[in-house]
Amino acid sequence: MSKSPNILLPALGVTGIVLGGAYGTMTRSYKADEADIARAQAQAAEARLVSQEEANTDLKSQIALVQDTAKAKIAELEARPATVSLTAPAPMHDGAMGLGREALVEEIAAWDVDVLPDGRGLPAGTGNAFDGEELFADKCAACHGDFAEGVDNWPVLAGGFDTLADEDPVKTVGSYWPHLSTVYDYVYRSMPFGEAGTLTPDETYAIVAYILYSNDLIDDEFELTHVNLGAFEMPNKNGFIIDDRPKAEYAAWSAEPCMSNCKDEVTVTMRSVFLVNTPEDGGSESVMNNATVEGLPSFTSAGASFIPEAEAKVEETVEVAAAAVEEPADEGAALIKAGEKVFKKCKACHAVGDGAKNKSGPQLNALLGRTMGSVDGFKYSNVFKAAYDEGRIWDEASLTEFLAKPKSYMKGTKMSFSGLKKEGDQVAIIAYLNSFLGD
Amino acid sequence: MDEMHKPSRRAFLRGSAAAAAGSIAGAASAQTADPLITDVQDWASITGVGVDETPYGLPIEYESHVVRRNVEWLTASPISSINFTPIHALEGTITPQGCAFERHHSGAIEMKKDDYRLMINGLVDKPLVFTYADLERFPRENHVYFCECAANTGMEWAGAQLNGVQFTHGMIHNMEYTGVPLRALLNEAGLGAAGDLKDKWVYVEGADASSNGRSIPMEKALDDVLVAFKANGEALRMEHGYPVRLVVPGWEGNMWVKWIRRIEVSDAATESREETSKYTDVMEDGTARKWTWVMDAKSVITSPSPQMPIEHGKGPLVISGLAWSGHGQITRVDVSRDGGITWEPARLGKQGDTKALTRFYLDVDWDGAPMLLQARAMDETGYVQPTKEQLRDARGENSVYHNNCIQTWYVNAEGIAENVEVS
Ligand code: HEC
Ligand code: HEC
Repeated sequence: MSKSPNILLPALGVTGIVLGGAYGTMTRSYKADEADIARAQAQAAEARLVSQEEANTDLKSQIALVQDTAKAKIAELEARPATVSLTAPAPMHDGAMGLGREALVEEIAAWDVDVLPDGRGLPAGTGNAFDGEELFADKCAACHGDFAEGVDNWPVLAGGFDTLADEDPVKTVGSYWPHLSTVYDYVYRSMPFGEAGTLTPDETYAIVAYILYSNDLIDDEFELTHVNLGAFEMPNKNGFIIDDRPKAEYAAWSAEPCMSNCKDEVTVTMRSVFLVNTPEDGGSESVMNNATVEGLPSFTSAGASFIPEAEAKVEETVEVAAAAVEEPADEGAALIKAGEKVFKKCKACHAVGDGAKNKSGPQLNALLGRTMGSVDGFKYSNVFKAAYDEGRIWDEASLTEFLAKPKSYMKGTKMSFSGLKKEGDQVAIIAYLNSFLGD
Repeated sequence: MDEMHKPSRRAFLRGSAAAAAGSIAGAASAQTADPLITDVQDWASITGVGVDETPYGLPIEYESHVVRRNVEWLTASPISSINFTPIHALEGTITPQGCAFERHHSGAIEMKKDDYRLMINGLVDKPLVFTYADLERFPRENHVYFCECAANTGMEWAGAQLNGVQFTHGMIHNMEYTGVPLRALLNEAGLGAAGDLKDKWVYVEGADASSNGRSIPMEKALDDVLVAFKANGEALRMEHGYPVRLVVPGWEGNMWVKWIRRIEVSDAATESREETSKYTDVMEDGTARKWTWVMDAKSVITSPSPQMPIEHGKGPLVISGLAWSGHGQITRVDVSRDGGITWEPARLGKQGDTKALTRFYLDVDWDGAPMLLQARAMDETGYVQPTKEQLRDARGENSVYHNNCIQTWYVNAEGIAENVEVS
């Protein structure tokens, strides 16, 4: 509350300026009106052979009168209490306005489930890692891995101890999170992804215990409950400091900046890692940038050291046709190359090539001619299991149809991918996948 | 499509001839008369599209490349992901809602105004539930504010990464919000029960499946936070939290909870996942800063930039960019064309509002030589936007968030710009 005068003042300061400006304009137009009248009077006077001096005096005194009136009005406005200014912040009501209705106890209970670091807010319950393991395998492992190690790009929940000062810190529940309350709170309210709010408190305690167990922080008999959760000490509980930028940075970075001869020479030390193409149908395609810093000019206050020869312009498209132009010698190779680019859309979930493992989708080696849903150790959806039982085989036609619209070709598939719209992309990706038939 | 809307082959040929003439241009004289001028064009003869053809209009098809775009490989799923505002192609300061970046943790949800409920509970005199219609009866305010994701420019900690200002700086938008000050709603519920307001918190959460929640200190909650239901004069877009979102001026975008459903007054920060696991900044020694809410002063040149090469050759060139600060107004922006050896004060297109984008310009006569373009913002506190080197010296390279470094574009003699890092 102590802040509120500070909130109002700057806003009113601006208001004052705006009003002053508006009043300035008003004054000017008054003057113009008065001047017109005066001019008319002057003409009339001339016609009546009254002397020019007299008319001027008349005009001056009229202008003076208008100015005095305007000044008085400005003074009056400025003297008014600031609260009536025209752009004041929304007024604060003294006490309640009587809007809204009182929240019912059961409504608050339904929504107010967040948990504070000391454990306040936890519902009664209990669970252990032994029970948690099965729940986790069933509800969480598809994305976070059987051991909470993370699949593909999905978050890693375990491990990473002593990596926080490394080049690439691994921030997990075990290595990074300061409070166990947060794990309960987040899992209970926000996971499983796509089915949030379906876990019971006991299931949540068991799953949280399993995540602790995966991080070697408890054994599988430890009973996690609403009583001991708040006091559980996480390894990184002392790893956080409150924002110290004001002290550590702001003072040092508030000096009057240098304007000239700030450095002797500047060279380019790194070029963009990725070039980014922006296709017409949206999204983006990142392509490794092969250019090096060699051959770029350095800079001094006299400008660039030299003007390099024209560089080849970066191709903006990833169309199959464009790829074909790049390597006209071998159309097949060009198509496979184009397919490799399209495969970026699949990479998050699928691997292909030597030693490719299952990710959240099955590996795609030797796909053409392979029975649908046949990769060992991959948990397929029912529609894929049925296709397997029927002995259906992937060929170009079925693959094209599936990739164009996965969800309509395989009703109930768990492959969350909307499909490849462009025919060129479908052809290219099949050529690409086909290049892994050999092994 | 009826006949008159179809570009005829003749018109197409004429058009390309004109384009060819245009490319020789830049020169002050033309050899042949421009058919776009000498021939009567279809649009100057046949009538155009009638009213109501598009009850709610989209930009003309020639601007269809000006869209937000994502970088698929950055995240596991587009449902919990981010895309980027095409700031390279926008001018002025207001971001149209339709191309303003999106960040969802569990996808954008469709909620009707009629189904909207906002609860205030915790340390209040009377816990309340508001409908959308209730909110419309509180005194309103209008303010322009920028909303920047804390991870904007985050990839650049590891050096020049993505080639495009849309991708390096596009997790930002700037809109005029209409809403009710949060303090008015807190006042309605009564803060007597909270006692001394010092060290009290307000926890805010959304109605979506991620129920993304953040803790806001009471001082900020009573200052300039808005419970907003309109942006740029119209309803919020679904992807920005329709029907109601929180606006937390100058503070990181994650706190601007969308589909806000609950506000709880409390005596402690919740330290939710979004304020512990995420949105905390790991320093070089492995300790992390938490509660780094303010977005420090920052600027970037939007044109020329990798997606906006100079196509007109030597001569008059408009260098255009954006500057902003979560601490207040931008007071000055300097531009360098030689990688930071020499700086020139830029012209502010218009004094931006506090905690809102400011447009700046430097109008130069380009001699066709390569440039290293940089911009450097200063705000009303006297803070000067730091270099990448200063940031890394202070924080290391692992903090992910709050990278407000000076950005460099190398522009070659052909006018092509690239994201680079300099000594
Ligand atoms: C369909 C994939 C999927 C499933 C299944 C899933 N999660 Fe997640 N999980 C995610 C995604 C995506 C995120 C990040 C969400 C975001 O961006 O906000 C996440 C985040 C998390 C986090 C926070 C990670 C961090 O470092 O901040 C935890 C903890 C977690 N999940 C636990 C679970 C548990 C426990 C289950 C099972 C009950 C589960 N998840 C099921 C996809 C999944
Ligand atoms: C979001 C993750 C995801 C993406 C992206 C994805 N897939 Fe899949 N894919 C899956 C999953 C999961 C399955 C298993 C489907 C099932 O069991 O219903 C699958 C199954 C398949 C299959 C059947 C394999 C078999 O063993 O029968 C093929 C072929 C396939 N995907 C190809 C692709 C291609 C090509 C792309 C890119 C254009 C792609 N997928 C993108 C997740 C994904």
